[in-house]
Amino acid sequence: MASHDEVIAIAERVRAGETSALEATQVALAAIDAQNGALNAFLTVSREAALEQARAIDAKRARGEALGPLAGVPIGIKDALCTRGVVTTAGSKILEGYVPPYDATVVARLRAADAIIIGKTNMDEFAMGSSNENSAYGPVKNPWDPERAPGGSSGGSAAAVAARMVSTTLGSDTGGSIRQPAALTGTVGIKPTYGRVSRFGLIAFASSLDQVGPFATDVRGAARVLGVISGKDPKDATSLGAPVDDYEAACGKSIKGLRIGVPEEYFAKGLDPEVEASIRAAISELEEEGCVVRAVKLPHTRYAVATYYVLADAEASSNLARFDGVRYGLRVEPSGPGKADLKAMYGATREAGFGTEVKRRILLGTFVLSAGYYDAYYLKAQKVRTLIRRDFENAFREVDVICSPTSPTPAFRLGEKVDDPLAMYLNDVYTLPASLAGIPGCSVPAKPTASGLPVGLQIVAPWLEEAKMLSVAAAFEARSPALVPPRAT
Amino acid sequence: MTTRIDRAQVEHMAQLASLVLAEDETARLTRELADMVRYVEELNELDTSNVEPTTSMQLDLGKNGPASGAGGELRVDEVEPSLDPGETLAQAPRSAHGGFAVPTFVES
Repeated sequence: MASHDEVIAIAERVRAGETSALEATQVALAAIDAQNGALNAFLTVSREAALEQARAIDAKRARGEALGPLAGVPIGIKDALCTRGVVTTAGSKILEGYVPPYDATVVARLRAADAIIIGKTNMDEFAMGSSNENSAYGPVKNPWDPERAPGGSSGGSAAAVAARMVSTTLGSDTGGSIRQPAALTGTVGIKPTYGRVSRFGLIAFASSLDQVGPFATDVRGAARVLGVISGKDPKDATSLGAPVDDYEAACGKSIKGLRIGVPEEYFAKGLDPEVEASIRAAISELEEEGCVVRAVKLPHTRYAVATYYVLADAEASSNLARFDGVRYGLRVEPSGPGKADLKAMYGATREAGFGTEVKRRILLGTFVLSAGYYDAYYLKAQKVRTLIRRDFENAFREVDVICSPTSPTPAFRLGEKVDDPLAMYLNDVYTLPASLAGIPGCSVPAKPTASGLPVGLQIVAPWLEEAKMLSVAAAFEARSPALVPPRAT
Repeated sequence: MTTRIDRAQVEHMAQLASLVLAEDETARLTRELADMVRYVEELNELDTSNVEPTTSMQLDLGKNGPASGAGGELRVDEVEPSLDPGETLAQAPRSAHGGFAVPTFVES
């Protein structure tokens, strides 16, 4: 059994008894041991717990019990998701050593599906970033070129799959944090409809935007994981009770006659010519597959970055107020224990525990919500959000899905944008609009650049139309199989 | 509306957000915040006088088709087992008498 076996191959072989969950886990652990030192994709490897879980699954099979749809499939979990008994830091010093007393609902569902929780993946601190350079535990390296960023914020989840340490991981996507790293690492990444997947146990960044979703080496594998984690959760009032479609079955469906929208606003200034050529070729492939390609207009696209940074940072400034040194994580008492100064304790804890990007966003968020500025900035952005959502409502009257580049450039060099916050934010120009509208989107590998860097095709669909989106993704994948980085053997 | 971000403003925001900033950090963040505020002011190009703000992302599934009324329901308020207090307090930097311990903040 090779480490590059895909999700469904592992699960079906474990279910059929052709291999054991233990062997699948050992293969993944060996791949992590071999590569994690160089890539820094995993922050924590739960070796013993994973092996124990694998043995329990093998024992279950030996007793003749039916195994779940992810039987023996090792999966990495973004460190923003709580895992009972396993350190969860969200990439921040302020949560160093924090051991959650409960599992996020998505993690509990993976366990119930007999997946193996193999470890926690690196990320930008509190999911704020597009390169993984904002992790308090060092950047992740892109398996295609270790001098380049894997994207972010779910960079560890993306790199772990790209390097074939595991066939699947979970990430979270607030403004592109699954799709953009998927594009930059040549993996499949899905951001579901807002409300499709429970966020209970996801350390909150921006609650009107955050969604959990899978990365995988292939579309079908990602579809199977999405099916497992989707659905209503009584512990998350924003989760939707709409029936969960058979995403895996959707992967085999013909896309003949499907209408594909191409927004010219996504092929504007700033788009790398090689990325543009790759995505235009991908759209031609879909046309050859029988799709009808039409131009659509998404006129408010260029306002998405500003809208997003006002809204996401406002929500973050509120969500991150909980990190105050009282209930979990770091506490710094400047005057020494027992000396009375609660405010000073909050300030010193947050000064020592938060990184620069987090402070920057908390300050902007505080500003746009503060007296005298709320209407001009926060309320204004909420109104523009309505316009961005309407753009999609209008476009989806004409087309079934919309295709575009996921990211304007291939993977950039580590350090290249780290001192220029605005340049970094513009990375997300093509992923933010779908996040603001709450619609599902995914990134699938398209033809790489001449120098061999991955390029991602973004497919977005109307609310709860993940199945249709995945039909297109799978049909494209069949014509354009994903490549494996040279080092991941 | 255009706003000039200055040092005093950044210090005020930091205070509201319980952030203590080092000297050089305040200077850098003032510069960066000024750039960002200038950038987001491009939203003023749009006339939104007749646009409703998006205040909830909850899908109106009734209107949207597939699963009428399936979203946004609150769960039944039933008593369920909660987290183990011992395990939960074990994560606190300091605890005392079965609760989270903080520095004294009222005069006795």
